[in-house]
Amino acid sequence: MIKSLEAEGVKVVFGYPGVAICPFYNSLLDSNVESVLVRTEQNAAHAASGYARTTKGIGVCAVTSGPGATNLITGIATAFADSIPMICITGQVNSALLGSDVFQEADITGAVESFVKYSYLVKDAKDIPRIFKEAFYIATSGRKGPVLIDVPIDVQNATVDEFVYPEEVKLRTYKPTVKGHVQQIKKAIKEVEKSKRPIICVGGGIALSNAKKEFIEFVEKNQIPVVSTMMGIGVMPTEHPLYFGMVGNNGKPYANRAMKEADMIIMAGARVADRAISQPDLMIGDKLLIHIDVDPAEIGKNIGPNIPIVGDAKHIFADFTEFDIDNVCDDWIEVLRGYKAEMEPKRAAHPGFVDPAKFITELSLKLPEDAIYVADVGQNQIWSCGYHIVKKGKFFTSGGMGTMGYSIPAAMGAKYAADHVGRKKGRTVVAVCGDGSFQMSMMEFATMRQHGIAAKVIVLKNNYLGMVREYQHYTYEDHYSVVDLSGSPDLEHIAKAYDMPFFRLKDDKDMNETIDAFLKADGPALMECLVDPMDLVK
Amino acid sequence: MKRIYSVLVENRSGVLFKVSGLFSRRNFNIDSLAVGETDDPSVSCMTIVSSGDDHTMEQVEKQLNKKLDVIKVKTFGEEKSISRELMLMKVKYNKSNRRDIMEICDIMKADIVDMSKTFMMIQICDQPEKVKLLIDMFASVSVVEVARTGTLALPKCSENE
Repeated sequence: MIKSLEAEGVKVVFGYPGVAICPFYNSLLDSNVESVLVRTEQNAAHAASGYARTTKGIGVCAVTSGPGATNLITGIATAFADSIPMICITGQVNSALLGSDVFQEADITGAVESFVKYSYLVKDAKDIPRIFKEAFYIATSGRKGPVLIDVPIDVQNATVDEFVYPEEVKLRTYKPTVKGHVQQIKKAIKEVEKSKRPIICVGGGIALSNAKKEFIEFVEKNQIPVVSTMMGIGVMPTEHPLYFGMVGNNGKPYANRAMKEADMIIMAGARVADRAISQPDLMIGDKLLIHIDVDPAEIGKNIGPNIPIVGDAKHIFADFTEFDIDNVCDDWIEVLRGYKAEMEPKRAAHPGFVDPAKFITELSLKLPEDAIYVADVGQNQIWSCGYHIVKKGKFFTSGGMGTMGYSIPAAMGAKYAADHVGRKKGRTVVAVCGDGSFQMSMMEFATMRQHGIAAKVIVLKNNYLGMVREYQHYTYEDHYSVVDLSGSPDLEHIAKAYDMPFFRLKDDKDMNETIDAFLKADGPALMECLVDPMDLVK
Repeated sequence: MKRIYSVLVENRSGVLFKVSGLFSRRNFNIDSLAVGETDDPSVSCMTIVSSGDDHTMEQVEKQLNKKLDVIKVKTFGEEKSISRELMLMKVKYNKSNRRDIMEICDIMKADIVDMSKTFMMIQICDQPEKVKLLIDMFASVSVVEVARTGTLALPKCSENE
């Protein structure tokens, strides 16, 4: 197994050992593959996700059988919802005892079936190289996603005569489409030429297929305005003159207006999911819809397109750019710029507290331009989406599953990658979470300390599960039920316990200096911003 | 609308679970499902009858194609296929209805394949609607047990021409 990982160029495994995965961890010691010990299994998958998204490669996590494997499930489902390539290795009880409910046995391949791209239960050690080769290929090709490999302990302990890693994969059932169909591309280009008010809505698929460069080349060459879904944030720099914000119920009003008034929409690597486009039929109406996705099952799932193009966005936009499109829609862009200027949401003042919008904007201006920003889930996520200014950096969040507690372990994985992989090392990674999500993964400070992972963590603290409180505010007229976070620890003490520098911002005063000091701090650091408990995302 | 999916899959353990799990997870109907090996022992054929609107039926096909153990999905309407179902039915008989039962079997081209002093086992292999009709015909007879295979279907030969 370890030799297979080495053959795939894996540098690090995030995980948590137990007896059933001990043979694997035992061999790991004698290899070049490093390991990071997380403090709960779910975070191994989130860390692998942050690592994969940073390296544009794949993340690997390994945990033990039974509870180790079931703890990993939320992390796997989170990765699946956002199509993050990942290999999840789980130990399993002795294969002769499978099905007899022995200690720490869980049917993990059965449990994860609906949110893995594929899974294996290895029954013969001879199959390990083939299975690993296939698993890496499946996870990283087509629509990417997690692949789980469940390995009984006797299979891990078995000796194989000779290790031969296969050169290629032979799968008769799996041939993902890469190149877009030429005729469909020509048809789409013709429609772009005819359109007076085109708009492109980008999703996470662009970053996943590493197509940012090709995409921006296309929109700049042809001057087509762009909006994004939550997962599409960061494809375009926030202040790019052709970018008009995030769509959806928590998006920018001018982005939604742009979608509404467009006569043609190109959905690119986006699922037309409910949070981005709540009523697809109404939104699309009589507009022409071109839908580009690597997964044919996504096209037509939520809305029927006029022109479907199945394939990898990198190839499709490169193909698009080769055409010279004779269309000028400067007037339309001017209209959209007008909307953007007029319709920027105005937030109510919350004197005596930190304004999260102002804080996030200030923070992003001070961050190095290639910084990686990881937003958690809740009000903090919506504020981050709305006010973080992406320059050349990346923006990660759990978009599809909305998993609280994602940001700290994902930032940890991202920072590990930033420090160990690639030419330019040491990029800044910052996690921004609420006090609810913070308490779901604050145990990872120990991991950061142990492995010298200097991710920075910011907590927007309001003593509430803010997003749920906001929902109860609107839906149940302030009838708050189980959203009060009283009993939370003093974060200064938490920081002290983990020997981390701590910064507290009580209101907007001293914001500049505090952010500067926080970002300059050596190693991991924790910052707390006191936000009005009654603050709303809009 | 009913549609028949003839799905060629890898003949491995767990594949039936993956395919049937897909239907329940995506809220698709399974009216019937029959599985068996094909001429190639590494390949099984699942015949699935499902119903729903056009959009759902298209999604069923796409989602099936997405499963990595699925080799090929063929889909066709009932009218373009030959379909058969096998049923075994155990009934209780007595002197007064024995002749009626035999007559019904005769008319419906069903066979009596086993019997004891009080029970008979009837076998029918026919189109699914004929099978259902036979069950209806036995409404007044005491039916003890029924086992049905579910529909098996292949596109008509003319579809290959």
